[in-house]
Amino acid sequence: MKNRIPATCKTSHDNVQDLGRRRFLGSAAAAGFVLSASGLLLPSNARAADEKPQRGGHLKLGLDGGQTTDILDPGTYSGSTMFVVGFTWGDRLVTTDPQSGEALPSLAESWSSSADAKVWTFKLRQDVRFHDGSPLAMNDVVQTLRRHSDKDSKSAALGLLEDIERIEEQNGDLVITLKNGNADLPLLLTDYHLQIQQNGGMDDPENVIGTGPYKLESFEPGVRITFTRNEDDWNEDRGFVDSVEILVINDNTARIAALSSGKVHFINSLDPKTMKLLSRAPNVETLSTPGKGFYSFLMHGDTAPFDNNDLRMALKLAVDRQAMLDNILGGYGTLGNDYPVNDAYALSPTGIPQREYDPEKAAFHYKKSGHEGPISLRTSNAAFSGAVDAAVLFQSTAKEAGITLDIKREPDDGYWSNVWNKKPFCASYWGGRPTQDIRYTTTQLSTSTWNDTRYKNPDFDRKLLEARAETDQEKRAALYQEMAMMVRDNSGLILPVFNNYLNAQAKNVKGWVDDLGNDLSNGQIASRLWLAA
Amino acid sequence: MNDHIPVFPLARLHGRYPLTTRIVGRLLLSLVLLVASSLLIFGGIEALPGDFATTYLGQAATPQAVANIRAELGLDAPAYARYLDWVAGLLHGDFGHSWASGQDIGAQLGSRLSNSLLLAGAAAIIAVPLSIGLGLIAVLYRDRLIDRLINLFSLAAVSLPEFFVAYLLILWLVVKNPVAAFPATVYASMGLGAKLVTIALPVATLVLVVIAHMMRMTRAAIINVMDSAYMETAALKGLSRWRAILRHATPNALAPIINVVALNLAYLIVGVVVVEVVFVYPGMGQYMVDAVTVRDLPVVQACGLVFAAIYILLNMTADILSVLANPRLRHPR
Repeated sequence: MKNRIPATCKTSHDNVQDLGRRRFLGSAAAAGFVLSASGLLLPSNARAADEKPQRGGHLKLGLDGGQTTDILDPGTYSGSTMFVVGFTWGDRLVTTDPQSGEALPSLAESWSSSADAKVWTFKLRQDVRFHDGSPLAMNDVVQTLRRHSDKDSKSAALGLLEDIERIEEQNGDLVITLKNGNADLPLLLTDYHLQIQQNGGMDDPENVIGTGPYKLESFEPGVRITFTRNEDDWNEDRGFVDSVEILVINDNTARIAALSSGKVHFINSLDPKTMKLLSRAPNVETLSTPGKGFYSFLMHGDTAPFDNNDLRMALKLAVDRQAMLDNILGGYGTLGNDYPVNDAYALSPTGIPQREYDPEKAAFHYKKSGHEGPISLRTSNAAFSGAVDAAVLFQSTAKEAGITLDIKREPDDGYWSNVWNKKPFCASYWGGRPTQDIRYTTTQLSTSTWNDTRYKNPDFDRKLLEARAETDQEKRAALYQEMAMMVRDNSGLILPVFNNYLNAQAKNVKGWVDDLGNDLSNGQIASRLWLAA
Repeated sequence: MNDHIPVFPLARLHGRYPLTTRIVGRLLLSLVLLVASSLLIFGGIEALPGDFATTYLGQAATPQAVANIRAELGLDAPAYARYLDWVAGLLHGDFGHSWASGQDIGAQLGSRLSNSLLLAGAAAIIAVPLSIGLGLIAVLYRDRLIDRLINLFSLAAVSLPEFFVAYLLILWLVVKNPVAAFPATVYASMGLGAKLVTIALPVATLVLVVIAHMMRMTRAAIINVMDSAYMETAALKGLSRWRAILRHATPNALAPIINVVALNLAYLIVGVVVVEVVFVYPGMGQYMVDAVTVRDLPVVQACGLVFAAIYILLNMTADILSVLANPRLRHPR
């Protein structure tokens, strides 16, 4: 399945912090990528720590995206519910800073790489125990990574780990050898499928006796999942409640009713249309977190009439982005600029002018393209919530520029298999990816199977591979800047808005962290939330 | 019957034991129906666009990977072989394994079905006596204020879509006045009492949704009978109206009432997926819908067949009961 777990981030153009982040990366690179496990870097310290967390209580989460067909094997996780479940029982080797997206120690306490970023060495924490009391050993880690990266693996993380050549233990350390240099390897290991299991889940992929903040107590897929606190947690700065109960509530109205009547403490996936209404309810706090996910219209650059850059440019200029942000997202989002990266990514481009709605310029390019007649745009609310309205809005703003869009509404069921990546012009959605490298590799690399705009540019491919192995962060950022411009001005991607992730919680729930890693506080709501008495 | 006219043995049997042959015939017909619906379900699912391998692998599905999965699941065999395989499994009580989760379908189905039956049962226990009672009262006070009120109320209830009734109940009884349990998620470790408290709202919704149909059918069937000569006789010989309705009209109006009750019972079990979703109730409908979205076809097939079986069973029971309720068939001359 296409990974449609929402992904995430920050809106504020906090330049000071950006600078700080770059400088930090630069010096880390100079030091041969050594990251120490000084407690100062633990993500919990990034929390707005104005209140001391209280322990105890029973936390109830009402989440969507759970199905009867869910299983506990972390390699299969998709959908919000299992995404959260994984972080509740498990730990990854590496985690990320909620605000900067930087790789931080988790089960690995430090790491370093060779100069070409091909050979990586990770040191493992020594004080970690599984829920059943057995100590975490290097074998568990090695086997976990092997299971997910095996070429016959059915793990959803396989795509991320394809470049791994060898995973082995050397002198008590984990050594990962890559086929090609990749300066982002630690970030790849933060993927939510890579929760460390006993013997890597080789004996039983559904064994979720992990090292996380809670022990699984009961699992009824698509219905209810319960956890109790792991009293021996190696990380004392998380897991504040005694027990956690996840209720799968797929119906939007039911989720809101459950929260506003106090039956659950937290709900996810709010509709922008109801967000404002809900924020007026007493005892409820709405949470809007900028994300990496975006709404888009995709043109196949190799199919007429979209093989003409003037036509592509005309359509890009014919979108009123601000109107789309206001009307489709209710303002809960940020403007897009036709490249799939925003400030939530490390080394994101800066200073690229915002593309505006300009019907005259659009008309100019449209004339220049020589195209005549209506253009079919396929849409469905399966693409994103409000995609049909967004297409109609697009149609009316394009009309101002003399471009006729013919909107074809497709069935929701099967949209991702029959329309997306098949039809030359359609509405689409993408969740976030951990790094710019993965973002572009997934959808802009010529050879990618998910190249859903058929963007084929050898120059771009070369830059992408160059940036991947580049350990000098300044040079890397410059490459990413150029790549963003290329995609913005040449590809078939129309990206009007990045959407925020919309959640809500009861007023007595504390500890929420806006985490740019992904939705639901990067899946770690159960770790982070606590109940005020 | 004239014994000297040559008749087929079956017809002769029918002549001698009209009740038994009718019932046996009905049972056989049900069996045929069940086989036919299993064919229909299987064929319908074969015709569904999209297959599990491509849905499961996602858009990165390479032809080789798709072929591997299809071979692993036995999808490369011809359709008739897979059908026979499936039916053979069913005859051994084996529903197969879910493609998506690898779990035994029978076990999941068991717990989901018992949840559905609990919900339907609780709703039926309230709705059936209530609607028949209201129907009788409506006949008794025909065209008077009570009759009109009952009609108005039941028509209003049936005119509102079930999800709307559900949301109204949630608004009044959960959000505004927190008296009822919500969501109605039941799970294995709950006691029966706790379960019944939890499902109060979905039960109330279902009762409101089905009551009008049964009530109006009861009223119409009895009124139909009320016009017949023997009811007039009953009135003339001095029977009270209430007594005449209960003793003479109702037994003769039973067949249509039984039928409409059976239809509604079947609906309560197989048609309540919307109510399940709104109240977050882990019933069969939700299970089937989840399976459809991921093209987990063995689960869809199993659910479809169970639904068909329930429908057939209830209708068969209704037919048999109406045969039994018919004195002319019960006491042949």
